[in-house]
Amino acid sequence: MRRAEGRGPRFRPRIQRRRAYGVAFAAACLGATLVGVIALAALLVDVWQDGAGTLSWSFITSYPSRIAARAGILPALVGSLWVLVLTAVISFPIGVGTAIWLEEYAPESRLKRLVQVNIANLAGVPSIVYGILGLALFVRALALGRSVISGALTLTLLILPVIIIASQEAIRAVPNSIRSGAYALGATRWQTVRGQVLPLALPGILTGTILALSRAVGEAAPLLLVGAVAFVPFVPERLTDSFTVLPIQIFNWISRPQPAFHARAAAASLVLLAVLLTLNGVAIALRNRYTKKL
Amino acid sequence: MVARRGAAAGALVVAAALAGCGGDGQKEGGLRGAIEVDGSSTVYPITEAVAEEFIAATGRGVRVTVGASGTGGGFKRFCAGETAISNASRPMKASEAEACERNGVEYLELPVAYDGIAVVVHPDNVHARCLTVEELRRIWEPGSNVRLWSEIRPNAPAVPIRLYGPGTDSGTFDYFTEEIVGEPGASRADYTASEDDNVLVQGIAGDPNALGYFGFAYMVENRGRVEPVAIDAGRGCVLPTRETIESGEYSPLSRPVYIYVDRASLSRPEVRAFVRFYLENAAALVPEVGYVPLEPPEYRDALEAVGRAAGVRD
Amino acid sequence: MAPRLSVVRRDPRAGGRGAAGRDAGSGSTAGSLRRPRRRGRTGERAIGVALFLCAAVSVLTTVGIVVVLAGEAASFFREVSPIVFFTGTEWTPLFVPKRFGVLPLLAGSVLVAAGAALVALPVGLASAIYLSEYAPGRVRSVVKPALEVLAGIPTVVYGYFALTFVTPVLRMVWPQTNIFNAASASLVVGVMIIPLVSSLSEDALSAVPRTLREGAYALGATKFEVATRTVVPAALSGVLASFILAISRAIGETMIVAIAAGATPNLTLNPLESVQTMTAYIAQISMGEAPHGSIEYETIFAVGLTLFALTLLMNVLSNAVMRRYREVYE
Repeated sequence: MRRAEGRGPRFRPRIQRRRAYGVAFAAACLGATLVGVIALAALLVDVWQDGAGTLSWSFITSYPSRIAARAGILPALVGSLWVLVLTAVISFPIGVGTAIWLEEYAPESRLKRLVQVNIANLAGVPSIVYGILGLALFVRALALGRSVISGALTLTLLILPVIIIASQEAIRAVPNSIRSGAYALGATRWQTVRGQVLPLALPGILTGTILALSRAVGEAAPLLLVGAVAFVPFVPERLTDSFTVLPIQIFNWISRPQPAFHARAAAASLVLLAVLLTLNGVAIALRNRYTKKL
Repeated sequence: MVARRGAAAGALVVAAALAGCGGDGQKEGGLRGAIEVDGSSTVYPITEAVAEEFIAATGRGVRVTVGASGTGGGFKRFCAGETAISNASRPMKASEAEACERNGVEYLELPVAYDGIAVVVHPDNVHARCLTVEELRRIWEPGSNVRLWSEIRPNAPAVPIRLYGPGTDSGTFDYFTEEIVGEPGASRADYTASEDDNVLVQGIAGDPNALGYFGFAYMVENRGRVEPVAIDAGRGCVLPTRETIESGEYSPLSRPVYIYVDRASLSRPEVRAFVRFYLENAAALVPEVGYVPLEPPEYRDALEAVGRAAGVRD
Repeated sequence: MAPRLSVVRRDPRAGGRGAAGRDAGSGSTAGSLRRPRRRGRTGERAIGVALFLCAAVSVLTTVGIVVVLAGEAASFFREVSPIVFFTGTEWTPLFVPKRFGVLPLLAGSVLVAAGAALVALPVGLASAIYLSEYAPGRVRSVVKPALEVLAGIPTVVYGYFALTFVTPVLRMVWPQTNIFNAASASLVVGVMIIPLVSSLSEDALSAVPRTLREGAYALGATKFEVATRTVVPAALSGVLASFILAISRAIGETMIVAIAAGATPNLTLNPLESVQTMTAYIAQISMGEAPHGSIEYETIFAVGLTLFALTLLMNVLSNAVMRRYREVYE
């Protein structure tokens, strides 16, 4: 066997230049990453500067008022928490149930593909379209009125696709060997899912759910349509009570002529950001604690 | 301070009203119930102020909530029986009145304040401090070809007029176009539109060639950043002030705004008390939020109408 | 944490639900398995039905959306011809004379989404490459969550950031910038969707098996070449899918554009002008003064239907792309 003789073009390694490209590229990627981080920092600093001076305990526990110095966010904060809890309670079982059906129960069929494509599509539908649906379905057709429960149901529909997709990913990540082992020992399908698959998938499911809920808390557009009212000087006590949420209160205050309200809006934004950062922090802690490479 | 005086006055009124009813009038907290109000975002600040004082005066016994779905949205809910009171920056249209009639909803139309529309320019613009209605019409009519300030005032520089105005789906827009151009909605389309009057203020304050219009309250709040233009409707240049709007001298850009009250709801004591509280305290509260109160006799007339509609009991 | 194999550890003699734990005595379980299985089967079936109903909720949601939008849009299209709607270049339903051409709104949405994509796609992909190929573990554990926070910030806050911070900066650089402009909204929407691109792309990049990378290294490639010529092409389907998802999100964004881009429908390519997107228009009219049931109000549904169709189209595209480029590794 003859050794290949370099008859063709000579291969010039040009290591230096290629390494240089590599360094430049790495720097560019790092720079790009920093763009996101810097933008976040700029936004947080801007809101902090405008609003930190107005934050106080009385701000959090007061009711809204036309007098900026007295205006507070209590009904909006409680409304947001109500909506958050209700949405979580309703969307979690339905979302996880759908994901389990898709991954564990449904046979490969046109029905399954239809549902899958449908969910992927719903994930991209603009939030305001969900508002239109919520208004027609929950407020009008089911006569639930402009209440906390209507808002929660509308947001449930909004974040359901996100929960389903995240849960599906988490369930898919559980290796088949676990399932096969359980079946081999005689477990039924539900026993396998409940006893083996779900506990392993739960961290991923929870992370996805919490991130979806944090999106729900920050939404204003669909709730505007469903009737989160502008002036609600009361904390909601029943599911059918009128309500408002922090994003809408912020939106409302920004539109007032008095600049003092703009500072209040910035302070309310800080409270909202605190709620969201807490949710995000919980999600990340969960993910870090329970993730393992399978 | 004014608010506290208003609240004290209000509390007295409510107590008097309750005493007059001969019921549990001794305690302020005797009234209970829920009142839902919705409608125009222009009237919203007034109703909100009244609601706030009323809630305080009744010891937080009555839950008043105020929405801002817009005059049209408010009427739809009102005629469907969902709300007891509707805020409106314009009178009910024929189609809306038909809907109310179909559903058996009878109502009272009560004016509560005057809203003025201020036409404003940048403080450095000294050429156009007074404009006639005709000049405004030429600038704002659909298909208008007016582009430069020099076309309006010969000694102004030949720079483009940058126009700012409210969004097309607002009562302010409808009213301005109706009064200045002659038909609601008749306006050139190439202006910077905003639903948020604060942004209009910001835009005009940063643009020496700007010309815009928005609610009187926002002009008052931002005097110095923008300057109002006096309007000449044939009787000389009139600047928009509280006095000129109240007297009607500032025309045609001042209009009454209303609340519509469901007659059937007036049988509820808390609604009666609220409406009376509204009319009795509007004169004090309306200026606080930047609007112009009616003359006292107009409020008295409205109160009498309420009394008649509510029946002999009051 | 070792997976719990409770089926193995549970004592078959202990009472418990399900077939495996039913046997009370030791020894053969053959006889006792028969009875519980019948009960178990009905229970299993019930659970299967319950889960199917959960899945049905999502199908019903789509049906609901289509019914609501199409129903009202149908009465709109009885009065305004669809051809005029889809090809007209002026949108003035609340002005006199009324014009119902949706192209200015469509152009507004596309302009803002294009600008956002211009920001987010390169930055997101580069961030994903950095996080998956270059970043040391500690940097990654800080930066990744920070980027995810960007996705969680409420859009109202973003909107006011755009109006009060970004627009003044733009006006300093280009003084002819309008107080409302598409550029400001685009930039901020772009920042908002960076995490979508970076997280999903990073997942796709991480899923590329190490064997592929090591093969490339073995052939003498530098890290840069491995990243750009081996890993990214291998993960292309996931990366492109993340792009399309991000663009759909940009098109569907409401609050940021309503606050920062303006309320003037404007058929233009100039990002420094005020435009109105489809979503902002829907928000404006639903909160406004138009009498319900009027043709102006019905435009909400016609525009909503257009928006829904557009996002559906993007989704179908995304699926087609993923199927075309998907690489199967095992």
